[in-house]
Amino acid sequence: MTAMEKLQVKDGVDQETVDAVRSVGERYKYGFETEIEMEYAPKGLNEDIVRLISEKNGEPDWMTEWRLGAYRRWTQMQEPEWAMVHYPKIDFQDQYYYAQPASMAKEKPKSLDEVDPELLATYEKLGIPLKEQMILAGVEGAGDAAAEGRKVAVDAVFDSVSVGTTFKEELAKAGVIFCSISEAVREHPELVKKYLGTVVPVSDNFYATLNSAVFSDGSFVYVPPGVRCPMELSTYFRINAENTGQFERTLIIADKGSYVSYLEGCTAPMRDTNQLHAAVVELVALEDAEIKYSTVQNWYPGDENGKGGIYNFVTKRADCRGDRSKVMWTQVETGSAVTWKYPSCILRGEESQGEFYSIAIANNMQQADTGTKMVHLGKNTRSRIVSKGISAGKAQNTYRGLVSMHPKAKNSRNYTQCDSLLIGDKCGAHTVPYIECKNNSSRVEHEATTSKVDDDQLFYCRQRGMDEEEAVALVVNGFCKDVLQALPMEFAMEAQKLVAISLEGSVG
Amino acid sequence: MLEIKNLNVSLEEEEKQILKGVDLTVEAGKVHAIMGPNGSGKSTLSYVLAGRDGYEVTDGSATLDGTDLLDLEPEERAAEGLFLAFQYPVEIPGVGNMTFLRTAVNAQRKARGEEELNAAEFLKLVRAKAASLKIDADMLKRPVNVGFSGGEKKRNEILQMAMLEPKMCILDETDSGLDVDAMKLVAEGVNALRDEGRAFLVITHYQRLLDHIKPDVVHIMADGRIVKTGGPELALEVEENGYGDILAAVA
Repeated sequence: MTAMEKLQVKDGVDQETVDAVRSVGERYKYGFETEIEMEYAPKGLNEDIVRLISEKNGEPDWMTEWRLGAYRRWTQMQEPEWAMVHYPKIDFQDQYYYAQPASMAKEKPKSLDEVDPELLATYEKLGIPLKEQMILAGVEGAGDAAAEGRKVAVDAVFDSVSVGTTFKEELAKAGVIFCSISEAVREHPELVKKYLGTVVPVSDNFYATLNSAVFSDGSFVYVPPGVRCPMELSTYFRINAENTGQFERTLIIADKGSYVSYLEGCTAPMRDTNQLHAAVVELVALEDAEIKYSTVQNWYPGDENGKGGIYNFVTKRADCRGDRSKVMWTQVETGSAVTWKYPSCILRGEESQGEFYSIAIANNMQQADTGTKMVHLGKNTRSRIVSKGISAGKAQNTYRGLVSMHPKAKNSRNYTQCDSLLIGDKCGAHTVPYIECKNNSSRVEHEATTSKVDDDQLFYCRQRGMDEEEAVALVVNGFCKDVLQALPMEFAMEAQKLVAISLEGSVG
Repeated sequence: MLEIKNLNVSLEEEEKQILKGVDLTVEAGKVHAIMGPNGSGKSTLSYVLAGRDGYEVTDGSATLDGTDLLDLEPEERAAEGLFLAFQYPVEIPGVGNMTFLRTAVNAQRKARGEEELNAAEFLKLVRAKAASLKIDADMLKRPVNVGFSGGEKKRNEILQMAMLEPKMCILDETDSGLDVDAMKLVAEGVNALRDEGRAFLVITHYQRLLDHIKPDVVHIMADGRIVKTGGPELALEVEENGYGDILAAVA
């Protein structure tokens, strides 16, 4: 499906959901595999592999050393076990840590025209308009003629390698740097040195440390002071190769008074074996800057029996370093066999704000342990958490959230709303809020509900003519509405479809 | 249009028979009313016709224009033209009334192989129908039935009926919870839909709704059976004397 096709409906976006249920025959439509010659580093992990990755990326010595430091640290660390997820022990020596399309191994393509057409075809299949002429047109205004096309710049990462970034020139005019992180290491070392690892330190946690050692590519964004990024920035991650871990690293810096909205989409082919994904995302917002970070995560979740699927261990953190800075995380998590992910905000600047909107859907044998951390350090800081967890089949869905008010975070506020929806009687929903308040002028509010998709609601919808899956999709999309509204329009529609698709077969 | 023959229905969960051989024929263009005391099986009849889970048909048949209803899924019955106005319309949080209506209308059109309505066509249609039922734009935007008053909920049911244009409309105690003014509005909405090709089955406890929606035929239901059938005067008789005399006479 191309991007153009899905942009017609506006008022009744829910109709899209309904169409999606009908039109998508297979369960996971991104489950295809691209036949492309890959070049791998040998399996397993040691200092040589770390050096090799660094060398492949043409990195300077300081970066190689940084990686090696992380690797040595990692060898001393234990895999965490506190999350409510269960999976067989991962053999970290049985993974490939670097894979890249062979066509890119010898000489990096200079423009998108030189990229292997197979690769571009893959992205096209995914509905990603990588080629510049395929501008992801904006959604037309309500009833009006199509507004001026809204542009989205895309950085596409295939297995370990960034295959191309669009709209670079136009962004450069505004002074925005948007490129792959390996390019940033080479071209903008001063920025990378200054910010990399300052939000998620090398030693932060097992997976983040692993990522620091072996990350192969990812996206880098720098928005200079006072600049409102002229378009949405977007990265698509695709795991293709078998037994390959994908370790991407994203670093976004919004300098004083700037604004950027960033979208992230993920897919992977269907495989019987589990694939590992351990990403690190660091956001830095300086004074009066604002970052919106939206994710639609649709990694392959495994089949009905829990065979295959992505293990998704991700560390995402934002540092609201400047006063009055603002970060908004929005995530729609429908995929992965196991999800371990807590996009967080460190509210360091005075009057800084953090928001977290999440939809986590777990069907069949999926396990999701996800939530957020809001760490209030500065005065008059605000945070808001809206989490919607949906469990179906035999899935387990846990919300885990920390709200921490430090002594100096006077007059700060948090509001948390956590709603769980159960479909069927074999799934589970768990809410684990941690609240720490170390001053007496701050206020923390937490509301939680758990409900079931009601047979009466389904019967009512069906009596009006909808089939059972349409009815479930409608009810669930209603449940998620607060969060869907927080997404950029293109993503909101994609997310609604995903909600429908990921719940197929969950009733009856 | 609707033909029910010797319909016997039990609850699935417990061995309790609710309908004990219902025979009923409703012709196109007619309005039939079913009255009866609590627990006589009136609402069960409407649910079984619409295909709700939890009931087991042990004997008999129900057809709509010759199509066997009992074999179909609820949504297939809806696409065949069967509509049930619920006694207790269900709330669906977060789903706009308009979205719900449009999804329903287009689901039925699709099922019948008709072209779906686009946003503009739909909007025009819904606004016109809503105006006649005194449903304002705000009510169309609010989530389905959430926070609606009793009167609003019932008007909303009639709006859905007007949009879906069913052949066979079943109104299950549509008058319950309505004040006189709201009942008039609802009745006007129903009367506006009366048509040669459309039939109504109005289930009610009380005669008062039938002052506004004039029935052609009135049935009295008791203990899972239709025990007496007559003209509009039968409803007046119930109003004056209660069910006691009638039930005693047929016992």
